[in-house]
Amino acid sequence: MSVKSQSIESKKETGKDERLKKISPLRVLLNRPELGALGGAILVFIFFGIVAGDTGMFSAYGTLNFLDVSANLGIIAIAAAMLMIGGEFDLSIGSMIGFAGICIAIPAIYWGWPLWTSIIFAFAMAVLIGYFNGIMVVKSGLPSFIVTLAMLFILRGATLAITRLITGRTQVPGLRVLIEDDPIAWIFATDTFQWLFTWLGSMKLIELRTDGTPLATGIPPSVIWFIALTLFATWILMKTRYGNWIFASGGDKVGATNVGVPVGRVKISLFIGTAVASTIFACIQVLDAGSADTMRGTLKELEAIAAAVVGGCLLTGGYGSAIGAALGAIIFGTVSMGIFYTDVDTDWFKVFLGAMMLIAVVFNNYIRKKVTETK
Amino acid sequence: MSEYLVQFNNISKFFGKVIALKDVTMKLKKGEIMCLLGDNGAGKSTLIKTLAGVHKPDEGEIIFEDKKIIFDSPRDALDIGIGTVYQDLALVSLMSVTRNFFMGREPQKGLPFFRTFDIEKANKIAAERMGQIGIDVRDPSQAVGTMSGGERQCLAISRAIYFGAKVLVLDEPTSALGVHQASMVLKYIVKAASQGLAVILITHNVHHAYPVGNSFTVLNRGRSMGTFKKDDISREKLLSMMAGGEELNKLEVELKEMDRIASN
Repeated sequence: MSVKSQSIESKKETGKDERLKKISPLRVLLNRPELGALGGAILVFIFFGIVAGDTGMFSAYGTLNFLDVSANLGIIAIAAAMLMIGGEFDLSIGSMIGFAGICIAIPAIYWGWPLWTSIIFAFAMAVLIGYFNGIMVVKSGLPSFIVTLAMLFILRGATLAITRLITGRTQVPGLRVLIEDDPIAWIFATDTFQWLFTWLGSMKLIELRTDGTPLATGIPPSVIWFIALTLFATWILMKTRYGNWIFASGGDKVGATNVGVPVGRVKISLFIGTAVASTIFACIQVLDAGSADTMRGTLKELEAIAAAVVGGCLLTGGYGSAIGAALGAIIFGTVSMGIFYTDVDTDWFKVFLGAMMLIAVVFNNYIRKKVTETK
Repeated sequence: MSEYLVQFNNISKFFGKVIALKDVTMKLKKGEIMCLLGDNGAGKSTLIKTLAGVHKPDEGEIIFEDKKIIFDSPRDALDIGIGTVYQDLALVSLMSVTRNFFMGREPQKGLPFFRTFDIEKANKIAAERMGQIGIDVRDPSQAVGTMSGGERQCLAISRAIYFGAKVLVLDEPTSALGVHQASMVLKYIVKAASQGLAVILITHNVHHAYPVGNSFTVLNRGRSMGTFKKDDISREKLLSMMAGGEELNKLEVELKEMDRIASN
């Protein structure tokens, strides 16, 4: 083992440009935007490992529980992070979640559409709204903070008004029966690896219900989406031309335009990205709960931005990572669920959220100075 | 084929009632460095933007390699080989040297829909190109923010050349630099010209322009005061032709006077 790795090492060494001095792995790590979030996540797990290690928080059921919460937040946090790297904000994420929810529920329940058509309808609406946000910001030159703040109110108001107009209520239940046999809904509503959990249950390795079935039935769809989106976003940012354009658009809009980056198109596509991610979030939650609620997603935009910031995104754009945002979401999800397993009053969660964000911003600011320091 | 690579004939540009440029003519041969001198407000920026395709000239014509050219966008100017390096350099300090070098024109590999940014190739080219100028980029993935001002300038110029610039338009490349850094950039500009590029060097610093320029065009309040070969004009003459030159002369006289009084 040691001999083998050595030979690979030396091969790498000779293939390298002799001008390139070797930089320590630590230095490389320090230059990564997700460093703070990684440290934070490790601290959070150590903390709950000590405080709540024997309470069932880290049982299969408990773990899936906090992963589910983290994953839901993560789906929108990753899209928010990409948009932030591209130099813009989207405050309409939460409202978009509520709006997408009723876009699925009302056609399916009141207009008799098949569930899959209403899901496609919701995504089409998301693309439209994202495009509108993007084109408004790009063409008007107004701060995205203002444009999407307006959209926050418009969408939430429209969601409430339309729902009450059509249904007379603010909730649209009855979706659960439609999920079965639907050709698309399963993508957002199926627990995966059920065989694994059944097997683990039969081996008595995980907790069981009184009827002998395992308490945790499978990996929730949110977690699969979360992992897939994290990988996809990271691939885009690090490995593609479009990823380079995102960094460039956020880092220096004018400069990027001058060297031929289509900044407007990049930003519009990122706004569509946050709206679509909100709709994925809405699909998972609405199909899980079996009902759409006009207030669903309230304040989620701020949590998503907070997770992105903890994950190393700079508020000024041009810097950040999808993995960082994912870690930020895991930190928040873990703490929000983990706090139930401790003696701490859950009222303190928001205090933690705010404090964490403040620390992250100070830390990130310091890191940015380090990165751009003249040698 | 005429002896000139690029000609700007009687270029005028108006913004409403303001005459930003009027009848400016410049002609460049391959390997020539033309310095465009002028004080603040002389119309240098407008002229650059017209050369770079940002503005369309209201009058006059641009002739490149004997063909009349009309630019619809900065991209058009880039495509025919007019590379402009703006004062802000179009560099993102948080991004790596490589990512900056290939910004907007990233080399790709792989199948359609799965195309990736060929970062290994890009790293290699960026390090190689920077090495040629004598800048040792220890790690092409280091942020541009860690480089000195002169190095950044050279990176931006080197990028323009790599992407096929035949005419290099440099906007105040030395204005924010110290003496050492400025001479490093000027040396590189001379080297680029010696390889057959035509260079338009825009500056208000005669002391930087004079040693490297072959010819000098002086701009004053939107009009060209003429183009002069180096042999035909002295540094002092150039300085006094620029607006403010007289003032500097006065200042010099005053200072001499003060010196005389002090030494008495």
